[in-house]
Amino acid sequence: MTALTQSVALARESGVAARIAPSKTGDRLFQGLSYASALLVLLVLAGILGSIVYGAWPAFAEFGFGFLTSSAWNIGTEQYGALPAVIGTVAAALLALVIGVPISLGIAIYLTQLCPGWARKPVAMTIELLASVPSIIYGMWGLFVFAPLFARFVQVPVSNVVEGLPIVGTLLYARIPSGVGVLTAGIILAIMIVPFVASITRDMLDQIPTVLRESAYGIGCTTWEVVRHVLVPQASVSIIGAIMLGLGRALGETMAVTFVIGNANRLSASIFDPGSTIASRIANEFNEADGLQLSSLMALGCLLFIITFIVLIVARLLVRRTKVA
Amino acid sequence: MSASPAIRSQLDGRNPADHAAPVRIAVKDLNFYYGQFHGLKNINLDFRDRQVTALIGPSGCGKSTLLRTFNRIYSLYPEQRAEGQILLDGQNVLDPKIDLNELRSRIGMVFQKPTPFPMSIYDNVAFGLRLYEKLPKAELDVRVEESLRKAALWDEVKDKLKQSGMGLSGGQQQRLCIARTVAQRPEVILFDEPTSALDPISTGRIEELIEQLRSEFTIVIVTHNMQQAARISQFTAFMYLGELIEFDATSKIFMNPAKRQTQDYITGRFG
Repeated sequence: MTALTQSVALARESGVAARIAPSKTGDRLFQGLSYASALLVLLVLAGILGSIVYGAWPAFAEFGFGFLTSSAWNIGTEQYGALPAVIGTVAAALLALVIGVPISLGIAIYLTQLCPGWARKPVAMTIELLASVPSIIYGMWGLFVFAPLFARFVQVPVSNVVEGLPIVGTLLYARIPSGVGVLTAGIILAIMIVPFVASITRDMLDQIPTVLRESAYGIGCTTWEVVRHVLVPQASVSIIGAIMLGLGRALGETMAVTFVIGNANRLSASIFDPGSTIASRIANEFNEADGLQLSSLMALGCLLFIITFIVLIVARLLVRRTKVA
Repeated sequence: MSASPAIRSQLDGRNPADHAAPVRIAVKDLNFYYGQFHGLKNINLDFRDRQVTALIGPSGCGKSTLLRTFNRIYSLYPEQRAEGQILLDGQNVLDPKIDLNELRSRIGMVFQKPTPFPMSIYDNVAFGLRLYEKLPKAELDVRVEESLRKAALWDEVKDKLKQSGMGLSGGQQQRLCIARTVAQRPEVILFDEPTSALDPISTGRIEELIEQLRSEFTIVIVTHNMQQAARISQFTAFMYLGELIEFDATSKIFMNPAKRQTQDYITGRFG
């Protein structure tokens, strides 16, 4: 030990180690570049928001708060209101969650807990392929294949059964059973968000330590009890995150929804009836719009921004509450 | 030559092995396979009622594998299988017709790492009870308190039963897992290296606890720590490369082992 210390000291004295300090320039450049990249994101976001608000200003100035509560959309008289589109957006997205989330959880639980080893890869691959289908394909398929079948085998029979009944008679009655409508959009959106929610949930369930799973089985739980009381609560924070990601996608999805929602500016209590979402309205009219109409479309864009922002905040709050509990 | 003085000093002779105690688990010609790998070879071994039996041996010798056959937890993995007989009070655990959930409520298991469930302290203990017994609230409260007392945890958690079990320290979490196991009133409790993730003080408390639990339960413990085996067990089985090398009273194994390999292991020459 002493010999070693001595030889190290000797090496130092002999001046072999006249070290060159590394240049600081590269480091500063690197810091500056990454700082600039981060700043750029903020600037772009602020720029987009600013220009939309600026563009939407005439509409807000003209209609005020009434823009949100009015269901008019009349190009001739220049009367515009957002209510049908906002409700359509929220309704289609919520329907997508109601349909898509249970299926996604089912897929994730099957893949992680029940699926025999050899089948895991193919099933998981199929689901990821589903995520890579472009939304225009979903829209086309939804309009030309799904909607006619949906009209014939669901809308017509269900309308016949529920006609005249209280509540369901309104909610599930198709005045014109064309196949397109809010529920159709919800179903197509559900198919589109399932791959995302399912694969994130699967990853989270996979990350749960095996001992936790084994100890739940070890006290005599059935598979259902293990999943329901131990695995899903353990992963609940991440599952909520996955659902919110799906919701965000469903709110903003444009192409597929524009094809199948029917694009009617009408408030209807029936989920079989055509409606419109903010995104579909913008996509439909943006080309020919100018003046107050263009400004109203911008204002719709603002509202979509705000709705997505609210979803983000709610997600954060939910995640925090679950973590504390 | 016997084990080192450090290990011998743990053999205080307070709890001599009871060779006359009834056999609770009888393992007969047990073979175990991980796919092609032959993990356990012709194991024959008896575990006696209200005795602590320690399974020792170097890593990979099959001691955990043996433990995991008793409650058939291995059957979660399709490539693992066992052949032979494990008789729990005369009933063959390996019989495919046996109800696994009921079996696992009779044979409790505590793992290497504490595994509290994502629920309150109270619910962690009550959860297992609710699975197999429909108890009124008042009785459930009594059973939860009784289990937490048996696990020497009651005084530390009685004012925060509603809080999450994940907020406890590692040692407390492990005692919570023991309380959860005890609550089901199993016949046998399996411990798979229960203190390997704990500090010395928590380890000491778990060991005391195991000594106390012996008055009610048949206990099997896998441990890497030979001093621990000497301290808390009445019987010790030494395993090596999937075979049972020697099984006897703990004092005999550590003071006067019959086999050369056992002697080498307890004197620290390999493993």
